[in-house]
Amino acid sequence: MKDLIIPPKGWTKDMGTPERTGKPVHLTIDGVAITVPAGTSVMRAAAEAGITIPKLCATDSLEPIGSCRLCMVEIDGHRGTPASCTTPVTEGMQVHTQTDQLARLRKGVMELYISDHPLDCLTCAANGDCELQDMAGAVGLREVRYQKGENHFEVRANGETNPRYIPKDSSNPYFSYDPAKCIVCMRCVRACEEVQGTFALTIEGRGFDARISTAAPDFLASGCVSCGACVQACPTATLVEKSVEEIGTPERSVVTTCAYCGVGCSFEAQMRGDQLVRMVPWKGGQANRGHSCVKGRFAYGYASHRDRILNPMIREATDQPWREVSWDEALAFTAGRLNAIRETYGRNALGVITSSRCTNEETFLVQKLARAVFGTNNTDTCARVCHSPTGYGLKQTFGTSAGTQNFDSVEKTDLALVIGANPTDGHPVFASRLRKRLRAGAKLIVIDPRRIDLLETPHLGDSWHLPLRPGTNVAVLTAMAHVIVTENLTDQTFIAERCDLDEWADYAEFVRNPDYAPEAVEGLTGVPAGLIREAARAYAAAPNAAIYYGLGVTEHSQGSTTVIAIANLAMMTGNIGREGVGVNPLRGQNNVQGSCDMGSFPHELPGYRHVSDDAARAIFERAWGVTLDPEPGLRIPNMLDAAVGGTFKALYIQGEDILQSDPDTRHVAAGLAAMDCVIVHDLFLNETANHAHVFLPGSSFLEKDGTFTNAERRINPVRRVMAPKARYADWEVTQLLANALGAGWSYTHPREIMAEIAATTPGFANVTYEMLDARGSVQWPCNDDAPEGSPIMHIDGFVRGKGRFIRTAYVPTEERTGPRFPLLLTTGRILSQYNVGAQTRRTENVVWHDQDVLEIHPHDAETRGVKEGDWVRLASRAGETSLRARITDRVSPGVVYTTFHHPDTQANVVTTDNSDWATNCPEYKVTAVQVALSNGPSAWQESYTAQANAARRIEAAE
Amino acid sequence: MTENKLVRMANQIATFFEIQPSDRAANVAAHINDNWSPPMRAGLLDHVAQGGDGLSPLVLEAAAMIRPARAS
Repeated sequence: MKDLIIPPKGWTKDMGTPERTGKPVHLTIDGVAITVPAGTSVMRAAAEAGITIPKLCATDSLEPIGSCRLCMVEIDGHRGTPASCTTPVTEGMQVHTQTDQLARLRKGVMELYISDHPLDCLTCAANGDCELQDMAGAVGLREVRYQKGENHFEVRANGETNPRYIPKDSSNPYFSYDPAKCIVCMRCVRACEEVQGTFALTIEGRGFDARISTAAPDFLASGCVSCGACVQACPTATLVEKSVEEIGTPERSVVTTCAYCGVGCSFEAQMRGDQLVRMVPWKGGQANRGHSCVKGRFAYGYASHRDRILNPMIREATDQPWREVSWDEALAFTAGRLNAIRETYGRNALGVITSSRCTNEETFLVQKLARAVFGTNNTDTCARVCHSPTGYGLKQTFGTSAGTQNFDSVEKTDLALVIGANPTDGHPVFASRLRKRLRAGAKLIVIDPRRIDLLETPHLGDSWHLPLRPGTNVAVLTAMAHVIVTENLTDQTFIAERCDLDEWADYAEFVRNPDYAPEAVEGLTGVPAGLIREAARAYAAAPNAAIYYGLGVTEHSQGSTTVIAIANLAMMTGNIGREGVGVNPLRGQNNVQGSCDMGSFPHELPGYRHVSDDAARAIFERAWGVTLDPEPGLRIPNMLDAAVGGTFKALYIQGEDILQSDPDTRHVAAGLAAMDCVIVHDLFLNETANHAHVFLPGSSFLEKDGTFTNAERRINPVRRVMAPKARYADWEVTQLLANALGAGWSYTHPREIMAEIAATTPGFANVTYEMLDARGSVQWPCNDDAPEGSPIMHIDGFVRGKGRFIRTAYVPTEERTGPRFPLLLTTGRILSQYNVGAQTRRTENVVWHDQDVLEIHPHDAETRGVKEGDWVRLASRAGETSLRARITDRVSPGVVYTTFHHPDTQANVVTTDNSDWATNCPEYKVTAVQVALSNGPSAWQESYTAQANAARRIEAAE
Repeated sequence: MTENKLVRMANQIATFFEIQPSDRAANVAAHINDNWSPPMRAGLLDHVAQGGDGLSPLVLEAAAMIRPARAS
């Protein structure tokens, strides 16, 4: 028997229809008085009053359609029995949800439904988790009087093949679609439209012939992006997770945070014992509001993949096979090497790389290990290669390195300017929220060399695509500023109140120069001047305009300048400090924001305080009982340069794969090979581990407690749902290593690390695990000035005081096309894969993307004799690789595009060591290349594979 | 680190500050002091001492304000 505790602990009730805002309306339901906002449905009002009206086609994530008729009610003074889901409340309304008439009618409805539904409940995957079953119970259905007749579920009827029977579709790797169980409530169709915005599903036929259709042979061949919204919406087992079919229903649920992109979706990890049954997006998640994408929803199988390394391993030299050892032996070996290196070469020969995939607490400990135990500021993080220019640019202009908004803000946006980002692939759940707004009429400007999917949003209104040449962001944005200033479209009140006026006057004069006019830069940028003018006018005219940007902004030699140009645009139009506006960096990894906040950079202590700041250093010196170095340490590229130069010898890398993710692979490999002690702490033997001496097994996000901070500065709890498979959580491993070096740390739980962060970092002063448990999440700054956290920043004034305008002149990158390398390569991501692919390649997601391909324009392909699917050689001055071509006009002539998810393609062999002037963030987005037909993998790829295979050998146990 | 790289990085920084209205050299020096490790700064200053081949005039002007590495 079920535990009859209603509602069960942690249960989030389905309110039936979406929440509304409006004036209060008073009504009575079954004698219970209730007040709800105008526009609320009777169904939702009843739910608010604690009364559950039977329903099938309604759910609170979707607009109601009143199709199933199960939710009918009686209303005094109204004729008939209206559907409560589509009937809005009115003042003084008297509603009855349970009368003899209603009971009889509902039984009739259920009887009809059940007459065309297979009664295989005991062996059905939804057994115990089926709304149809629940409703049959709720209305007291005891018999089905209809004769067996035409139906959709029997394979054979009357000895003949049943023409209405459609076999189960198992083509999607994660869920199945069984039309026999479908009740045509259209929840899946509506979820695909309203929540996800893909419109992959529809209804074909009418009445008894109505069927759900993908308009394709099967789900996999359709436009479905496997976000899971339809599966979640389905009230029966028609759409059900294959994991539930295999394992059974979950018995407990733990709310945690996705470990993929910077959106930071909240999920319920639904468990049976210590086995994860499924990840279901949590309605209470304030970043995702109950939505998910294929990665977070389904691609968690890597956490239990057979490639996981579960024992520590060491080796004297990297040409030897690995030797599995005990934790004690591994730590003793590592400490011995590190001490010897420090003795011989000094403390600055050591360094660490913190992970943007690990928790705040783990990152904090790794930089503490460098600063307090190694005695060096040589700490950096993969944010170096993605959003370090955001840190610089926003700190200079606004005063702090963070996005200004929460994701909910998009619901108030009238125009979104998306530059250098591909949200439908990189930040899918945010993209769905943005698309919802675009369908409601918000305008869209996309500045991108490629025609991204966002531009193909169904029901998109006014939109502009500025297909600029890679590397000319600053020219385009400064030209937009020129238009806004010369056409007097600025917000003078905002500027006068909020910005430094001398700097504004200087900047305004600077951009008035005709050299920055759209007509003047058209030749450089390739964007028609008229288009830039239209976009600038639209941005300035929108009541609420928001800028969303990604790595197509930062990963350039002028990355920091571009971020400044973005901030200038937002300030001059007054688009800062309220809902619907702002400057929003879309962070690549789950904890990029957090790893930056936690002092991962070599020049900044936690909370973005410079290491030369005596007062800030004193706080940590007191807390840690050590003296800290006041000089900045080495950045990742500097570490590699110093290693090649012979002065940098040891590197502890937690949860990053710099050999695959960082530019100029040969240079990275040379740097790693020159070190005497490379410690890789990871789930898998990644590419970097090919050059490592010590491998410490890591723990997945399911195996530890901690917090991630997403792109909207939201500190989200990560909760342990199973024991660490390799015995220790990552924070424990760092502590063991520190203690092997004599540190004497004694943390027993990550909450104690958070307490240390709060005690030392002003923006986190009031953050505790108890608060996160109570509130779900909180956005920093969270301290006595902002006890509830800070959804929107710079409301009454900028963090630095007055907003600062800074001149932004376009400087062409040194990476130029020429006769040898006439094309420009730019790189990006795809929906189904994530970053270097270490996680997603170890899931079924490979069915969507099993190799990186080179997108090339038909004109460029034709002149080279390249056809769809041909092997092509992609060469730059840094190196060459081979991959298959895809011919598309998504890219402009002269531009080619690829992803970097697969190690056997290694797009980064081709990228160069050019970098951002301020932060050394690599210029991934612009590489001059040549493309030519080839026979297959390059010699380099083959030798790389051979070396990788040799380096991954593990000695057989004796 | 090779001198070439240091020269390139320093010139890139100078290019940004060159067009700013004031304190150009001071800002170049401050950016390098804030972000470069002592050995990198020492490498650049050595190169300046040897004539500063390839460095932009603004970097050479800023050199006097670049903090030398402390003896440790």
